[in-house]
Amino acid sequence: MSSRLPFFILVTALVLAGLSSIYYRHAEMGVPLTAGEQIDIWQIEAEIEFIGKDAPVIAKFTLPKDPNFDLVDEFTASPAYGVHLIRDEQHSEVVWSKRQVKGKQTLYYQASYKLALNPIDEPVAEQLRETEMLSKPYQGSAQELLNEAYDKSGNRKFLILQVLNLLNSDNQNVALLLSKYSKTEIFVQLMIMAKVPAMMVRGLVLEDSRRNQQLIPLLKVYVNNQWQMFDVEAGKFSKDLPILVWQQDSPSLLDVTGGKNSKVSFSISHSTQSALREANSAATKGDVFDLGLYHLPIEEQNLFKGILLLPIGALVVVFLRVIIGLKCSGTFMPILIATSFIQTELVTGVVGFLVIVSAGLIIRSYLSHLNLLLVSRISAVVILVIGIIVLFTVIAFRMGLTEVLSITFFPMIIMAWTIERMSILWEEEGGKEVLIQGSGSLIVAVIAYLMMDNLLIRHWAFNFLGVHLLIMAAVLLMGQYTGYRLLELRRFKPIAEDKGL
Amino acid sequence: MFNFANPFKLRERGVMGMNQRNFSYIGRYNDRSLYPNVDDKLKTKKLALEHNIAVPDLIGIVRYQHDVKHVFDILKQHNGFCIKPAKGSGGKGILVILQTDDNGYKKASGEYVSHDELIRHISNILAGLFSLGGAADVALIEALIEFDPIFEGLSHEGVPDIRLIVFQGYPMMAMLRLATHTSDGKANLHQGAVGVGIDIATGKAKRAVQYDCPIAIHPDTGKSLTDVEINNWQQLLTLAAGCYEMSGLKYLGADIVLDKQEGPLVLELNARPGLAIQIANGMGMLPRLRQIEGLNHKRPISIDERVEYAQTHFND
Repeated sequence: MSSRLPFFILVTALVLAGLSSIYYRHAEMGVPLTAGEQIDIWQIEAEIEFIGKDAPVIAKFTLPKDPNFDLVDEFTASPAYGVHLIRDEQHSEVVWSKRQVKGKQTLYYQASYKLALNPIDEPVAEQLRETEMLSKPYQGSAQELLNEAYDKSGNRKFLILQVLNLLNSDNQNVALLLSKYSKTEIFVQLMIMAKVPAMMVRGLVLEDSRRNQQLIPLLKVYVNNQWQMFDVEAGKFSKDLPILVWQQDSPSLLDVTGGKNSKVSFSISHSTQSALREANSAATKGDVFDLGLYHLPIEEQNLFKGILLLPIGALVVVFLRVIIGLKCSGTFMPILIATSFIQTELVTGVVGFLVIVSAGLIIRSYLSHLNLLLVSRISAVVILVIGIIVLFTVIAFRMGLTEVLSITFFPMIIMAWTIERMSILWEEEGGKEVLIQGSGSLIVAVIAYLMMDNLLIRHWAFNFLGVHLLIMAAVLLMGQYTGYRLLELRRFKPIAEDKGL
Repeated sequence: MFNFANPFKLRERGVMGMNQRNFSYIGRYNDRSLYPNVDDKLKTKKLALEHNIAVPDLIGIVRYQHDVKHVFDILKQHNGFCIKPAKGSGGKGILVILQTDDNGYKKASGEYVSHDELIRHISNILAGLFSLGGAADVALIEALIEFDPIFEGLSHEGVPDIRLIVFQGYPMMAMLRLATHTSDGKANLHQGAVGVGIDIATGKAKRAVQYDCPIAIHPDTGKSLTDVEINNWQQLLTLAAGCYEMSGLKYLGADIVLDKQEGPLVLELNARPGLAIQIANGMGMLPRLRQIEGLNHKRPISIDERVEYAQTHFND
């Protein structure tokens, strides 16, 4: 039994390697689990306008750093300006500069964002740092307000809602505070006094086909162990539309020196893109370790798309022979037939196969009378198969059946061997055995085809190479299966029922 | 259609399946390098002569295509003969000629084979039509077996043979195979031949099956199948047991015929014997295989000792 231990270690290793490779491809690289999966892409365009004062201009535009979104691509459009994209740990911005600027200027920054695969949770502690206090007279009012809200609420979430209620009421303290500060500022201050991590941010509501949008002030509060956006003006937690946080404790959105009347407006449009293509383009330019096949030239990729289906077919054959016990002629002949079914489509393929094989068998029975040596007989059958294919194609084309043209995809040599083998089987064991083995092969081929033609399986076979390790493990395990085959249960039924012994 | 046996019931009865046979017995006990000893009948014949195993007489060998026409010089001296490929499998390519007369060569079925057809058959053998993987082959011509009169009326158009499974030199299960009209003179059970389970201890028939169903009389001749008793049984067991030393294969199927004059002769050996023998015997072979695997001998056991062990332990 000790000899089986390395075997099981090998199988386990294959399974683990396969699964972790699949997990890595999916979770880290974003390769979708299903084919044709779409992801949302938000294209945001910022239009920056100012009037040049006939002097050197430096325009600094703060760029978002939102952990919930990933940047897909970005570009700027600005005639005759020098452009620098500056990104560091804390801060990212785009800087336009030009020596002499006069009159109305328009600069564009465009970026595409997608929802992040793995949003990084910001640490809470960092957000709790001291901010400047309200000035003296207002502080008392704020404390009073807070106490009132605190008494009337059970937890953080209700405290927030309660504070909001108070802010919207005609409370005297509120009126006093509002005379100096904005609602959001007061809110943040109250939260900090209540030891609730909170900060003021400015964000962009992502809604399709919006023009002339502005950043809206939002309150970012830590509730229920996660950061949530609270729209103070609207008075609710915003959940229905995604919000891109553009500005977070950075001094200003736009800083133009040498210009005046500067303003920014945003337009947003939404599109979807194949998640697969997106993951692959990210991988090709990214730094993640990648074993995908997308680096290869397209031609090789297409080749591998076909080749990588063969293990699926092999798995089907092993399963049907070892576990089910189907008989078929030639071990892997059904897989090759199945690959040609992929080209021809199922019905045309099956009909074509049956027509070629039966026509071949009829003519081959004449060849048996000619007393030929084996090699020349097989060669004759190969030529025969080609002749049959040519004949059927020409006739079918004349009749306008263009789908028959695809029968040229059948592997000729394999067909010839199939005909030869079946013909001998017929002579030796009779037509019944030919029917059993022939239909067995056809069933295996059709099942293999259905598996290999499945969109999901094709997607997995090509995009998750780990699947092949799992197939390998399954094939190895089945190679050690010593139980009964399904059809043997029928065969040995008389023994099981025999009570007289 | 979905008439399946309960697998646990089959396990309980010790029935061995194809996967287990391939993995646990053939794969484990039969060394691949020994396969040619049984797959090549010419080699089998030579080994048999060295080990004093009785086999049908070899009257001629055709090795090359240009020798084919010389075959008639050999055949002239024999009235009946049998042509077979040296590397054939599953009884393929075996042509039995009962007698030669003015009409040509008479097959067991009563049909005649012409001169040209005989040449074509031998050419096919040489080209490898019947051999595993289509490799070039050699045609063997053997003396015709005149089967023992005890089988009179038991076999239709074919030679009855006895298949024994010999495991580590112990004969452990036996079956008499009788050709029928439906099996077209062939002794393969799945083609409709009758299988008669034979008691290892006595050589007496236990039960008979055709197409996996129990039957009592031969479907063509109407003769009772359950009264069959094979004479020379012990001699036959000894012959089968000796095939182990001769071939080196630990899991072996020996096909033996009873000749009127010469007694038991080994027709061929098989490194991958089928499982139908279990159905003919109405029992699984695993208990006996395990019993033999459990034996622990400190010295080599002689053929006679093994036969004696089999006859005392494997009775029903």
